[in-house]
Amino acid sequence: MWDRATLALTLLAIDPSGLGGVVVRARCGPVRDAFVEGFAMMPQPILKLHPTMDDDALFGGIDLTETLTRGKVVLRNGIFERDGTAVLAMGERCETTLAARLAMALDRGDLQSLIALDEGADPDERLPVSLRERLAFYVDLNMPSSTVGLLPDEDAIMDARVQLSSVKLQDDTYQIIVGLCAQFGVHSQRAPLFMLRTARTHAALESRDLIDPQDIEVAAALCLAHRATRMPEPPQTEDEECAKPDPSTDGDTGEDMEIGQLDDRILEAVMAVLPDGLLDQFKPKGSISKGSGAGAKNRSNRRGRPKPSRPGRLSGRNRLDLIATLRTAAPWQRLRGAKKGRVKVLPSDFRIKQYEEKSDRLLIFAVDASGSAAMSRLAEAKGAIELLLADAYSRRDHVSLISFRGDAAEVLLPPTRSLVQTKKRLAALPGGGGTPLAAGLVEALSMAQQARSQGMSPCIVLLTDGRTNVALDGTANRAQAASDAQQIARHIRASGAEIITLDLGNRPAQFLADLTAEMDGLYMPLPRADSRKMSGAVSAALED
Amino acid sequence: MKQPFPFSAIVGQEEMKLSMILTAIDPSIGGVLVFGDRGTGKSTAVRALAALLPQITRVEGCPVNSEKSEDVPDWAKLDTKTTSLGPTPVVDLPLGVTEDRVTGALDIEKALSQGEKAFQSGLLAKANRGYLYIDEVNLLEDHIVDLLLDVAQSGENVVEREGLSIRHPARFVLVGSGNPEEGELRPQLLDRFGLSVEVASPTTVEERVEVIKRRDAFETDYEAFMVRWKAEDVLVRGQIETARTGIKTLKTTDAALTDIAQLCLKLGADGLRGELTLLKAARAFAAYREDTAIGRDHIRAVAPMALRHRLRRDPLDDAGSGTRVTRVVEDVLS
Repeated sequence: MWDRATLALTLLAIDPSGLGGVVVRARCGPVRDAFVEGFAMMPQPILKLHPTMDDDALFGGIDLTETLTRGKVVLRNGIFERDGTAVLAMGERCETTLAARLAMALDRGDLQSLIALDEGADPDERLPVSLRERLAFYVDLNMPSSTVGLLPDEDAIMDARVQLSSVKLQDDTYQIIVGLCAQFGVHSQRAPLFMLRTARTHAALESRDLIDPQDIEVAAALCLAHRATRMPEPPQTEDEECAKPDPSTDGDTGEDMEIGQLDDRILEAVMAVLPDGLLDQFKPKGSISKGSGAGAKNRSNRRGRPKPSRPGRLSGRNRLDLIATLRTAAPWQRLRGAKKGRVKVLPSDFRIKQYEEKSDRLLIFAVDASGSAAMSRLAEAKGAIELLLADAYSRRDHVSLISFRGDAAEVLLPPTRSLVQTKKRLAALPGGGGTPLAAGLVEALSMAQQARSQGMSPCIVLLTDGRTNVALDGTANRAQAASDAQQIARHIRASGAEIITLDLGNRPAQFLADLTAEMDGLYMPLPRADSRKMSGAVSAALED
Repeated sequence: MKQPFPFSAIVGQEEMKLSMILTAIDPSIGGVLVFGDRGTGKSTAVRALAALLPQITRVEGCPVNSEKSEDVPDWAKLDTKTTSLGPTPVVDLPLGVTEDRVTGALDIEKALSQGEKAFQSGLLAKANRGYLYIDEVNLLEDHIVDLLLDVAQSGENVVEREGLSIRHPARFVLVGSGNPEEGELRPQLLDRFGLSVEVASPTTVEERVEVIKRRDAFETDYEAFMVRWKAEDVLVRGQIETARTGIKTLKTTDAALTDIAQLCLKLGADGLRGELTLLKAARAFAAYREDTAIGRDHIRAVAPMALRHRLRRDPLDDAGSGTRVTRVVEDVLS
């Protein structure tokens, strides 16, 4: 492990701009400290970045503090104007905005290479994908400190740098690299390019002027392991000719690409270094990044309810509260010796505008009003909703009501804050007919998406007995109905809406529990309970 | 400094390349939206645009790239007004950019240090007469999106804030790219993009090999590679220039208009913007092909990119709307 990490660093030091950089996943500790020492091998000085860097620091601009104290314009250089290897600390806290800027700089060549230190603890906590994609390597240094070995050899790096331009390719190098990428389901065009450069650099390091399989093996291990999205099919030994009777022609991302004279050894080399837990990633993606502007509470510096200004530094991202700044500066004018008609403002006077944006929550009640549900507990469900409404009212949540029965779903009440209207519609809610669960979910999903685009945080409360028997196209087909519902469920999960399912059936339905799990939601069976208990359950779930 | 990877050297991705060429021929088509996975050459294509596009005449130092010296706004405070040829501006609009940076704002530094009320122009001014590129447009904050929509529509940027009252032209082609898996784009914004293309990684070994071969040559044998592909770029630029003059005399037959209207009707595309864009795109394509009138071939070729993002979305249709458009096109224009 250590050797692989230092090898990555060595290769990066040889060809920093070609390889883009490396992601170092490690908690702070002796292993990482030892590794960081190796950064001295990089050909250029190290530039430290941190996740909250503002635009002035990156792109350069006027140094306001200096400008004001000296009374003339003082410019300062941004990180991108200096040559060097950027080291991003706490990469897992890097926001998409900074990632976008760094990616842009890497693309344009303003930034030659980037070493991202990723201290994330959870699998979800990591460097934004737009950056990971642009850095060739990924090394995981979460290992005992006893494994720490030697650092890269500086002389070897120097020699290799000279050698680099004379490395030649073999005839089939391109094919092998492309084939390998296909085997591991890596479709980005950057991966094979990084592999090629890695192989070339490695050959230079080993003082060879022709790329040989060993170089490709190293390249695959370093570049492909963390990008893999699937395991290669096990090598077919005997029945090779009957293995692929139908080369599927649906153009499906070329998974059936033939690999030249691919050494099994290379495959194995990659498999050996596949990070743990990679297979988890093959499963459908978990909650996708919930986008911006959709969180429950956003601290915003642009919109929302104004909060008192506070002292701060001017950066590209915030706005100066001019009045407050002048007010702060005013008492000191005589002391500062300001001339008549001029105001002397010092950086310490700056007051920054702050806003708090709190997005409203929209509770979407999707109520099953079918015959089966009506028979058992529709009345109870109505009662529960009424209780929830009172709760929603006190929190100033928006509410909307969708009912599904017969062969379609219907929006009974578009998002509103009017309690009276909601109660009226609810009381008039008719029951009877089949259970078109999928249709109800589609309606809820589209409403949730709409709400999200308006800056609200949608939360779907689904009340049903789960006995779905009407498919999306309105036909009574139990199997089709279930599979439709599951498909919509996946869309709901991808949309990132919160969901709570209340099972109205007399017995908890396994299907409904699975469906809720599919939506990453909360499932609550409510066998014969009173509505007060039901609303209590929902309230409790909403609280946290 | 090294020039970006040449436009013509991009392997495949014909639809994306064509869409960009069409907007270069007729900027009024509106923007281009490029959706696709990472590493499919989206950013490469956009960054190559600047080198591909014909140069423009502009007043030196003018913040809005004015063509004539009388168009230079007063607030720019330019003393000497000499014109020169320069590349078409291609401006990046990064995520998380502030409103001030986009529209321009009071120059705080000048205001505080010199007591001067000056306007610091923003990205919209810089992009005037050129291209504005937004990577990951689907992750852009809503209020910036609203602002862009407004300006893209009117072609004018109005700044009314902090005691400033300034308006300046901001006509640009909006190019957005993104990965649909990471977030959807609001339908209102989708509709404002003239063309929409979907890109995917090449599916054959040959193509993929070609991609890395060229990229490798670009990096290791830069000089020779640029000589070879620069020539191709010049060729395309010539075609764009020819098409720009040709489009003025191009005939639009009633039959073509009927075809376009029928197509949009059949697809149920909302609004009339679909028809207009399709017409403009077909016209630009005809001019690109150096034909004298719009024919069915032209409409057929550009219909998917002009219409695919204007259809009502169907959550169950995973095939994508591109195929739906093609199906209807075959139907109507058979």
